[in-house]
Amino acid sequence: TAFLTGLLPVSRLLHTTGVTTKKNVAALRHEAYTVDFIKKQIEEFNIGKRHLANMMGEDPETFTQEDIDRAIAYLFPSGLFEKQARPIMKHPEQIFPKQRAIQWGEDGRPFHFLFYTGKQSYYSLMHEAYGKLLEAEKHQNQLQAKGLFSEKTKTKDLIGSRWLIKEELEEMLVEKLSDQDYAQFIRLLERLLTLHCGAKEEFVQRFRRSITVQSKKQLIEALQYDEQGTAFSTSEGKRKSAKAEAVVYEHGSGKISINGIDYLLYFPVTQDREQLMFPFHFLDRLGKHDATCTVSGGGRSSQAGAIRLALARALCSFITEEEVEWMRQAGLLTADPRVRERKKPGQEGARRKFTWKKR
Amino acid sequence: MLKRMTRLVSGARQLDPGRLLHGGPQAPQSLAAHPDNQVPDGSPRAVSCTSEGDPARHGEQHEARHYCIPLQDLRTTFPHGLPPRFGMQVRTFNEACLMVRRPALELLHYLKNTNFAHPAVRYVLYGEKGTGKTLSLCHVIHFCAKQDWLILHIPDAHLWVKNCRDLLQSTYNKQRFDQPVEASSWLKNFKTANERFLSQIKVQEKYVWNKRESTEKGHPLGEVVEQGLTHVRNATDAVGIVLKELKSQSRLGAFRLLVAVDGVNALWGRTTLKREDKSPVAPEELALVHSLRKMVRNDWHGGAIVLTLSQTGSLFKPRKAYLPQELLGKEGFDALDPFIPILVSNYSPKEFESCIQYYLENSWLQHEKAHTEEGKKELLFLSNANPGQLERLCAYL
Repeated sequence: TAFLTGLLPVSRLLHTTGVTTKKNVAALRHEAYTVDFIKKQIEEFNIGKRHLANMMGEDPETFTQEDIDRAIAYLFPSGLFEKQARPIMKHPEQIFPKQRAIQWGEDGRPFHFLFYTGKQSYYSLMHEAYGKLLEAEKHQNQLQAKGLFSEKTKTKDLIGSRWLIKEELEEMLVEKLSDQDYAQFIRLLERLLTLHCGAKEEFVQRFRRSITVQSKKQLIEALQYDEQGTAFSTSEGKRKSAKAEAVVYEHGSGKISINGIDYLLYFPVTQDREQLMFPFHFLDRLGKHDATCTVSGGGRSSQAGAIRLALARALCSFITEEEVEWMRQAGLLTADPRVRERKKPGQEGARRKFTWKKR
Repeated sequence: MLKRMTRLVSGARQLDPGRLLHGGPQAPQSLAAHPDNQVPDGSPRAVSCTSEGDPARHGEQHEARHYCIPLQDLRTTFPHGLPPRFGMQVRTFNEACLMVRRPALELLHYLKNTNFAHPAVRYVLYGEKGTGKTLSLCHVIHFCAKQDWLILHIPDAHLWVKNCRDLLQSTYNKQRFDQPVEASSWLKNFKTANERFLSQIKVQEKYVWNKRESTEKGHPLGEVVEQGLTHVRNATDAVGIVLKELKSQSRLGAFRLLVAVDGVNALWGRTTLKREDKSPVAPEELALVHSLRKMVRNDWHGGAIVLTLSQTGSLFKPRKAYLPQELLGKEGFDALDPFIPILVSNYSPKEFESCIQYYLENSWLQHEKAHTEEGKKELLFLSNANPGQLERLCAYL
């Protein structure tokens, strides 16, 4: 909104009904939403927010956007799978796309001095950034001349954040950019960063977004102790439609029993037994643990996969953090998300189409 | 649920007069005490193989070791052939090596101490699939062959109750059915196995085959066998006669009789054979099955009966069934009762180690990791020490 109000001085609104140059008329046709329209939408949104707060019995003054979302989800429950297709009530700024106001006045003269470059906001930003760079260099030269130059590393501000991506920059400037423009801009900012100057920090921070650190923490089950004092741990696993629960005992001789039956008899196929062997073999603990499992649902292969996941999760309680990380990277602790794809109408299967006959 | 019969052999351990050898379980003796029995420790085959070729001298110190059967003996002792996978291994390695295991040793001990005046004892080898019941039976048969017993070996009783192409109405009894193909092939193998007895044993009755041919009393049994082989139509009756004669004459003491049947649960199950009008045939309507059932009854003496249960070839039985009660059914269990059950289980750690060593020595395991400890642990896990599974796994390596 700062952009809109900044470029559209109130005195030059298009209320002139008399003489309208061709350019203004053409521009009017392109503009989808007028400023008045947007303002009216914002007023309606605020009034509606207060009404909604009254309906829900909450205080209109302290009704936040999350409350609005919850209220709408409660009042208009939707079973649609696509989240963006469900009813929403948000501030018009987030709904209506940002547009550029008319860049020239009634006499046809553009407001911005870089209008005729075509990408005025981009070039003005580059201009500003370069100006700051020159200042910083001058400042640094002065410091060096005085001898007060000190090496400071400010890398800690950069960790956990990333540069804006091209789409985000385009959205900020409301202008189309090319890849080379974007690369040039980022290079300029990085060059600015190399010159240590405190005043430029806020300028650069405008163009950095923080990255959420992906939590690598696996949920580690707690150890339980049974009557004799041996430690054991329980966990579950799923694969397709098979659910399994495994209890792994700390001291044992490598016997695994599934639903009360020995694993050799339950899985006559070697491939399934190899799946069971994988967690133990990976941690080099082949003959050291006993396990008892229960499994239901699915077929033989998915039951084997479910038990494997359950065993791996249960073993996490007995090993070090590093080994847990290795298991996670090996893929032993990730549930397989693949499920059966539905059959579509007009096709014979999920992907297979009917035989195509030329005539 | 298994009725455990008290041993026929009393605690005083009656030793058979003509066959005094190592009787009874010995205390496990250290390797150094029997230097003549074992290969010196320096050679690699010391761990897995033993040079003791006579099953009669196998004792507890030979447990978990392989012993060799000479190839000429194979043809005479096992004319029906060994189990197919084992036969392939024999052809590959050019030697037949059986592992000496505890159930077989137990059975040999019982056999060495049988009292031939008492009715024949029935021993039933049972266990999970692939644990080595058939090969233990082969071990026992080899022992008896060496001891000069008369061996009545039916390699797989299931073959007689399924997949028979021609069923003839029996000439002897109108209600029963003949199986000429199976009977003649069995007679041929029986002849190869027991050549020397066929001329000694004399028939005790007159049997009339048809208007022109008959076997007089006092003629050797070999004639009956020849008759069955040449006239395939009478083969089943020939088998019946052979079994009857052997049963009645074993009490005379001229020879010992060993009845070895693999897959005995076939005799009391169901068959997949049908008459011409598509109605199913019950096992007792098959003449071969009928005569075999009479054979495994313990109303004769002068020998022993060793039986094996098998789920692999059985019909209409669940895969996980292995106990005698499940596989024999009520009828079979009552017919075989009382018997001595012998459980054959998976390999013990020592036996497993020995088996792996044997494969390594024969260069059967070519994988680099097969020598290492981790490799052995993997194999142990994957096969769960089941001999059949281990053999199938190692086939790929």
